[in-house]
Amino acid sequence: MLEINNLHVKLEDEDKAILKGLSLDIQAGSVHAIMGPNGSGKSTLSYVLAGRGGYQVTDGTARLEGEDLLEMEPEERAAAGLFLAFQYPVEIPGVGNMTFLRTAMNAQRKARGEAELSSGDFLKLVRSKAKDLKIDADMLKRPVNVGFSGGEKKRNEILQMAMLEPRMCILDETDSGLDVDAMKLVAEGVNALRSEGRAFLVITHYQRLLDHIKPDVVHIMADGRIIKTGGPELALEVENNGYADILAEVPA
Amino acid sequence: MNAAAAPNTRAGRMAARLAATEDRLSGLVLPAGAGWLARAREAALARVKSMGLPGKRDEYWRFTDPADLMSDAPKPAEVFQITDEPAMFMGVDRLKIVFIDGVFSAKDSDPLDEEGLEVIRLSDVAATDIHWAQELYGALEAKAQTPVQRPLAALNTARATDGVVIRVTGQVSRPVSLIYQRQRDDAELILHHVIRVESGAQLTLLENGPGAARCSIVTEIDLADDAHLHHVRAMGRDHQRRALTHVFARLGARARFKSFTLAMNGALVRNEAMVWLNGANGVAHLAGAALGDGVFHHDDTVFVTHAAPGCESRQVFKKVLHHGAVGVFQGKILVEQPAQLTDGYQLSQSLLMDDACQFLAKPELEIYADDVKCSHGSTSGEIDADHLFYLRARGVPEDVAKQLLILAFLAEALDEIEDHHLAEDMRLRLKRWLNRHAD
Repeated sequence: MLEINNLHVKLEDEDKAILKGLSLDIQAGSVHAIMGPNGSGKSTLSYVLAGRGGYQVTDGTARLEGEDLLEMEPEERAAAGLFLAFQYPVEIPGVGNMTFLRTAMNAQRKARGEAELSSGDFLKLVRSKAKDLKIDADMLKRPVNVGFSGGEKKRNEILQMAMLEPRMCILDETDSGLDVDAMKLVAEGVNALRSEGRAFLVITHYQRLLDHIKPDVVHIMADGRIIKTGGPELALEVENNGYADILAEVPA
Repeated sequence: MNAAAAPNTRAGRMAARLAATEDRLSGLVLPAGAGWLARAREAALARVKSMGLPGKRDEYWRFTDPADLMSDAPKPAEVFQITDEPAMFMGVDRLKIVFIDGVFSAKDSDPLDEEGLEVIRLSDVAATDIHWAQELYGALEAKAQTPVQRPLAALNTARATDGVVIRVTGQVSRPVSLIYQRQRDDAELILHHVIRVESGAQLTLLENGPGAARCSIVTEIDLADDAHLHHVRAMGRDHQRRALTHVFARLGARARFKSFTLAMNGALVRNEAMVWLNGANGVAHLAGAALGDGVFHHDDTVFVTHAAPGCESRQVFKKVLHHGAVGVFQGKILVEQPAQLTDGYQLSQSLLMDDACQFLAKPELEIYADDVKCSHGSTSGEIDADHLFYLRARGVPEDVAKQLLILAFLAEALDEIEDHHLAEDMRLRLKRWLNRHAD
């Protein structure tokens, strides 16, 4: 599904390398988790994959089902099936949540040569998905994320994911700022989307999210690279011992 | 030392200005007429001569050069034909009053008799010895000369060749619509309207059209206690037009005045508004959305005086500037000592679509009462990169995302239009403009 090979990324404005030869291979139907200390480049990886400006790829490749992601505009990546659930979803005053969702859905459908969703079908769909995530009608009517609590913003991200039905979902610290109940709700939303044709990359600091979203593969990232890969037990090891032991194993 | 010998002193400069003004206006022939209107015109001309014509070094004209607004003849401006969308306010049932190249056209207008309303052409009013409008014509303009002088408004009072006088006495079933059409490239339009809304009466006033190569429109508005006026203005899409408008509005107790102006294109436009909240609990909202691309200079100059307690005023002016367009905002809220419990708000914002654009703003508050709530904000900037990326990351193409964000930016100004259909129509026109100017 997602194939990243020897990815090197620096900041556009300064000579600072952030990703230094990162490789990942995520198969359809699987859930991969990336854990790592602050500053290891986890969020940069998610932004670079989604196409945010401010970064320069100096080497390596990233392919989504064989297509060169790095050559595409952010909207083309979204239409190709990539979705990033943001760590900090922005508030956009003046743009209604529903208008935004419908514009996004129909733009993606159009880009894929599919028919646009009628307003009735859209409403039906969004209401049923919102209900599953306990998002009330009032939240849908408000401008995008404006006045939402931290938990509401994250649920809104999952709602967008459920509506857009991407093939490759990247969750950037979706658990940060969530209480236990909200985290369960978000995890249920994610688990409901797990399927053969879809893959997840879950970026997190803590093992607790992975209790709810069970990963197939866990990677430890440090200094812009994957330094260790294992099964779910690796996350437990981090939870119990921290990163120090693992970092110590890696030759400098 | 006499003044002429000291041109660098304040007095010397003033004397030189008055002499130049005298010289410029010596050949001016006021419109023919007799009675009170002629006297009002002469008084206004005397006001202009006592103040002198403005210059670009004046503080009040710091951001906008008045030269092209007062040159002898207007610069010709190509008549701009709009074929790609319906005429403004097309779908609205309204009383149409049409001016062509600045001259009232009876044959294009509806009959001027409407229940709850007196509408008379200015030149017809002058024939009446005693008319209510004589208490107002030039009176609010004269009042507006302090604390800031507006000589070009006085010049309009002196020179206006046409206009309407409207008195609202009851419920009016449909809006009054002033339509300024143009046919000639070099036409100049100088109109002066007087509107009085009596106690408890309500009116919606629509204005639209480019009018002429150069326009000067003064509207004096007197709202009695509990009177409502909703003013929606759209200035047409001419690129080369130059226009100077003044709205002077005096509000009685509990009166409401809402004014919204849409301006798309225009080489040089200055819209001035001066509002006095003279009765308790009055409400005045002034708003504008201006969009320009290239040769575009748009100036909103606003002065709201709170003279009575418990009044609310809002100023919401938004501009979207492309390719070197210039936006100006000069806005003031003056809260006089008796105006306790004032609620004042002022917001002026520009979206600069590229580095060549400029937004020049001078927001001011002057407050003499101690129990008031006043806030103001003035900002300019680009489209927020994080907002844009968020929308694009969800699959919204860049141009559509930008359009969504620009319309969101303008929303607070559009929200001041009370009629939802009108607001929606404006939104569609803005969208089309943005589509035409997407790069």
